[in-house]
Amino acid sequence: MNVVVCVKQIPDPADPGQMDPETRTLKRDVKLILDESDSYGVEMGLQLVDAAGEGEVVLVSMVPNNEVSGLRTALAMGAGSAVLVSDEALAGSDALSTAKVLAAAIRRCEADLIITATESSDGYTGTVPVQIAELLDLPSATFAKSIEIDGDVAKVQRQTEDGYDEIECSLPCVVSVTAGVVEPRYPSFKGIMAAKNKPVDELDLAALGIDPATVGWAGARQEIVDIAEAPAGEAGEIIHDEGDAHERILAFLDDLKIL
Amino acid sequence: MEFAPTDEQEMVVDTVRAFVERELVPYEDEVERLGDVSRELVEQIRERSLAAGIYAANMPADLGGGGLDNVTMAMVDRAFGWTQYALHYIVARPSNILRACTGDQVDEYLLPTIRGERVDCLAMSEPGAGSDVRGMTCRATRDGDDYVINGTKHFISHADLADYTILFVATGEEQTSRGPKKLITSLLVDHDTPGLEVVPGYNCVSNRGYHNMILNFDDCRVPASKVLGEEHRGFEVANEWLGATRLQVAAICLGRADRAFRVALEWAADREQFGQKIGRFQGVSFKLADMQTKLVEAELMTYRAAWLMDEGRMTDGDAAMAKISSTEMLQFVADEAIQVLGGMGLMDELPLERIWRDARVDRIWDGTSEIQRHIVSRQLLRPLGS
Repeated sequence: MNVVVCVKQIPDPADPGQMDPETRTLKRDVKLILDESDSYGVEMGLQLVDAAGEGEVVLVSMVPNNEVSGLRTALAMGAGSAVLVSDEALAGSDALSTAKVLAAAIRRCEADLIITATESSDGYTGTVPVQIAELLDLPSATFAKSIEIDGDVAKVQRQTEDGYDEIECSLPCVVSVTAGVVEPRYPSFKGIMAAKNKPVDELDLAALGIDPATVGWAGARQEIVDIAEAPAGEAGEIIHDEGDAHERILAFLDDLKIL
Repeated sequence: MEFAPTDEQEMVVDTVRAFVERELVPYEDEVERLGDVSRELVEQIRERSLAAGIYAANMPADLGGGGLDNVTMAMVDRAFGWTQYALHYIVARPSNILRACTGDQVDEYLLPTIRGERVDCLAMSEPGAGSDVRGMTCRATRDGDDYVINGTKHFISHADLADYTILFVATGEEQTSRGPKKLITSLLVDHDTPGLEVVPGYNCVSNRGYHNMILNFDDCRVPASKVLGEEHRGFEVANEWLGATRLQVAAICLGRADRAFRVALEWAADREQFGQKIGRFQGVSFKLADMQTKLVEAELMTYRAAWLMDEGRMTDGDAAMAKISSTEMLQFVADEAIQVLGGMGLMDELPLERIWRDARVDRIWDGTSEIQRHIVSRQLLRPLGS
């Protein structure tokens, strides 16, 4: 079973750097790391391949430069190889452009299953997974909290606000997974040492037959018109218990319509 | 000269940091409070570190270990040094000396220890033989195909968790120009061997949750096949494989000091007195500068020694200088960090008082600072005939 996992390399959230005032996007001229939200998909893919007893996890990613440090982390976890679309023209790609490029790269892999995160930790559009599915003309399932492969079918538990839906998709399909799907493994020392020798197939847009004018800043159909600082959280209310604290807490929660 | 870590080294350190933060740090308060690490927690940490592939990182990859070189191991130990000894010790690095195993010893001791199925400890010190190791009185007498061991070992770290001991005992005496000299042999002794009793040692001010034990041998009989290396050549085995332990202490101290320093730095940047942040007072800011300077000095000394070891050129003096530098730096940084925080530095809500207590043992075990200085000065003077 071959599982493609789409992964994104992002600036370290612990040291996110600065916003570029001209492009109104995050500056990315720092060392990039594997988006933690993708580590769940990598782990899920590894477990499914292990369960199948054959095949491998192939990473698919894109960057404007040839950064691979985030990919190495996923390779160290156990992914077998990676396809990296690297082209300067990719800078500024919006969600649809991203999906087009990733879909073109995925077409080169013989994937039985394509796994993505529900959304990236830096972009947060959450639209790329279903766009990939549409471009590849594949069924998709979103917000998976578990995936089980049964023959040619993926059985997915889809997280909802109230519980979960049980759905089935014929393979191949695209499934986006939540952080609750599995506990990602640590990259082992042996895995880290082995990762540097695993193949990373680096492609530019020409190799994928994509016109640079249709992606990046040139092809973006989305425009970021403004960015603003997130408002600081307001100070909470401290309730001193004078025998009625529980009632006041219940009233507070009731006002918020949480109860 | 290259000072930057490789991508692989950065990833190794990231893995250890993540493991320390998720699997070890959450239990620090419990260990301090109980003065112990529960058996359940020991098993949990061991299982998770095995699953994470970070157990036995010092052992060769072809034997199932992590296969890390000494520089990377020093980085790993620095990252583990962020948390308590009692916790990070469980993510074991089997004693390097086990590499001297031969024949059946490989399957009986070396490989299961790398796999986490067996746990080793090492017994050298005695109540009457500390720095003067050759003064040991614990002895093994040859009796047919066996050795019969009698005597006592103390300060034996983690013998309560181990199921066998790498024991150093006197097995004879030879005459030299400077008088009689004891011959030392290393033996592998299973803890369920009749005649061996493992009992609790002393309460230590440093490293709560870590236990030193006392080993009493009373006509304890082990077969001669348990000799590690060769009979009477225990010191040669120790000298070949145990040099890295001083670097381990030095590297762990770096992590401890880094944590203490960061607490002090954050405090100095946030706390206001007399209308300004206290870090703006020279009395505080110069302390921060001195702490950072000594930390970087010790880091360079430690990584240099580790690099020399990888090159096969590390001398006893190199390891000794790294240990002196790092352990004494930690004592300084821990003390100054507390001074920056004032009274809060001594409260157990913060890790500083613990790091300060724990730092004390590092200037003593694996060779006191005085012994380390003796090693360095001996190396300097011997070529001059002095």
